[in-house]
Amino acid sequence: MKQVKHRNSASKILILGTVFLFTLFNPVFGQEEVVADTAVATEASSGGDVAKGEELFKSLCAACHKRYKKMTGPALFGVTERRDTEWLYSWIKNSAAMIASGDADAVAIYEEYNKTAMNAFPQLSNADIDDILAYVMVPKAEPVAAVGATAVAATDGSGVSSDVLLAILALVFLMLVVILFLVNNTLKRFAEANNIELPVQEERTPIWKAFVQNQFLVLVSAIFLLLASGYFVYGYFMQVGVDQGYAPIQPIHYSHKIHAGDNKIECKYCHSSARVSKHSGIPSLNVCMNCHKSISEVADATATEDYSKEFYDGEIQKLYKAVGWDEESQSYTGETEPVKWVRIHNLPDFAYFNHSQHVSVAGVECQKCHGPVEEMEIMYQHAPLTMGWCINCHRETNVKVADNEYYEKIHKQLSKKYGVDQLTAAQMGGLECGKCHY
Amino acid sequence: MKNTIKILAAAIVMISVVSCQNDKSPNYQYMPNMYESVGYEAYGDYDVFPGGQEAMLPAKGSIPRGWMPYEIENSQVGYQQAKDSLKNPIRYTKENEEKGKALYDIYCAICHGGKGNGKGTLVEREKILGVPSYDDVGRAITEGSIYHVMYYGINSMGSYASQTNEHERWQIVQYVEKLKADLEGKTARIDTESDVQSNLIPAVNKRPEEIYDESTEDHNNAH
Repeated sequence: MKQVKHRNSASKILILGTVFLFTLFNPVFGQEEVVADTAVATEASSGGDVAKGEELFKSLCAACHKRYKKMTGPALFGVTERRDTEWLYSWIKNSAAMIASGDADAVAIYEEYNKTAMNAFPQLSNADIDDILAYVMVPKAEPVAAVGATAVAATDGSGVSSDVLLAILALVFLMLVVILFLVNNTLKRFAEANNIELPVQEERTPIWKAFVQNQFLVLVSAIFLLLASGYFVYGYFMQVGVDQGYAPIQPIHYSHKIHAGDNKIECKYCHSSARVSKHSGIPSLNVCMNCHKSISEVADATATEDYSKEFYDGEIQKLYKAVGWDEESQSYTGETEPVKWVRIHNLPDFAYFNHSQHVSVAGVECQKCHGPVEEMEIMYQHAPLTMGWCINCHRETNVKVADNEYYEKIHKQLSKKYGVDQLTAAQMGGLECGKCHY
Repeated sequence: MKNTIKILAAAIVMISVVSCQNDKSPNYQYMPNMYESVGYEAYGDYDVFPGGQEAMLPAKGSIPRGWMPYEIENSQVGYQQAKDSLKNPIRYTKENEEKGKALYDIYCAICHGGKGNGKGTLVEREKILGVPSYDDVGRAITEGSIYHVMYYGINSMGSYASQTNEHERWQIVQYVEKLKADLEGKTARIDTESDVQSNLIPAVNKRPEEIYDESTEDHNNAH
């Protein structure tokens, strides 16, 4: 019989589905025994204390040296194989004296690095230097170990992500619908086969006709429709020219969250002209290079689910390309290209706004207008930048008159006139048309 | 079935209207010619400029108002010369120290730390390493060398000449010297009113804007 066949296929689907579900929930183990401690292994071979050396290296040497990469000075891994230990002692303690005395090796390296002088470190004892050298000679950790560690970390978490769960739910729902449909069909056929009459639905007037016949309902809904469309049309026209939420794709993916949020760099470090000028300028690339000369790649912890470490490193490479920085020789090639940042905040030509007046004189926080920039992975326009928004703030904000001689006289006169202690920007003339439009 | 076609059509229209809201491109404007300046705006895109960019390097030989040349050259010899002979022309007042602190906290503290001990946020987070403390014996910084390094940068540290002006750099120098004195357990230098230095170079003690402010003050108050 046909029905039997149908029932069979439905149950097959069910069984297959449940088996599929169980395979998904089966967790993956077996990658936990990686991460061997390389530091321990090397400590035995050389004389110094790696941990102490690391501390000294990071506080004294790391400004100019990296272990596996050339920086201001040479890469230091393998230095004890290249040089004699005694030579290193005297070089680190006072390199200038060695060059002056005419030591061939010392002069050669001084010449090779464009006569960049290495600082003298008279405070270091031979034992300290041994510690540093021990740290320097720790071989680079194998990338395989790192991959293993992250894989373990991933399986340690909640297991299956919510996306997968949702997909499974959707699948189950779909299967239920299919089953219902099949059952319904089967029952119908069964009824037909057994000559049972199914109840027939009686014809009713279609709902549209009933609606048109009721004139009161038509009137009410017409009024409602008119009001609703008026509301939406008004809303649409009011948002023309307002760019709130505008978040263009920039030529370099610059994350304010990493710079201003995680690393707590002051806004004015990069946007230094906000202190003294009408514009809060986009920093020139030399400002980026103040830090990125030594930061050529992001830490593993910086990478997020949405943006991988490779992605961020690629963005830093874009900066190097634009500014013409050659990582190999640690010098500028002179071949530069402009970065065409897309301007986000833009006031119309007929409105005047001055950053220095708000930032330096009034001491307004950048976030007051630009929103939680330190949380923005992608920069967007927070405020509507409409006139009503400006005026509102001028009405609510008190002028900072303390320690400002400039305001002394006018503050006295105006507070007498308005009979208040604290003057708002509006009372100081912040609502006069000519202040912003001229 | 006709009904479903109508509903589908309505849905398509609705979806296309909603999907037009795109935050990757700027919104429409009522009268664009009132929004867009006739003059060239900062960071604007205009055909007359090479590459369309208004943002360009200043013309060769142009100098900002109030800018004075710094004559010591960027080299080992220059560094030594600045270290030995360059002196801070501003008067060491409390006000200058406060201004210096504000600037220091913006530009320097992120690496050098609020106390000048080389433990700024970036160092603590191991982004940038090896930042020395100001009382480092091997370096033995002086007011001249502080200014020189701020002007040109040194090794991994970049130049801060583009972010600060001459007067601001000297204010920072005063604050860095104060931090160094604190670290060494000495008292920081504060000049008294009658100090000779203030009479020697009065012009450098004021920024051009300050001189301008004074001359226009009466006018503003009469307003």
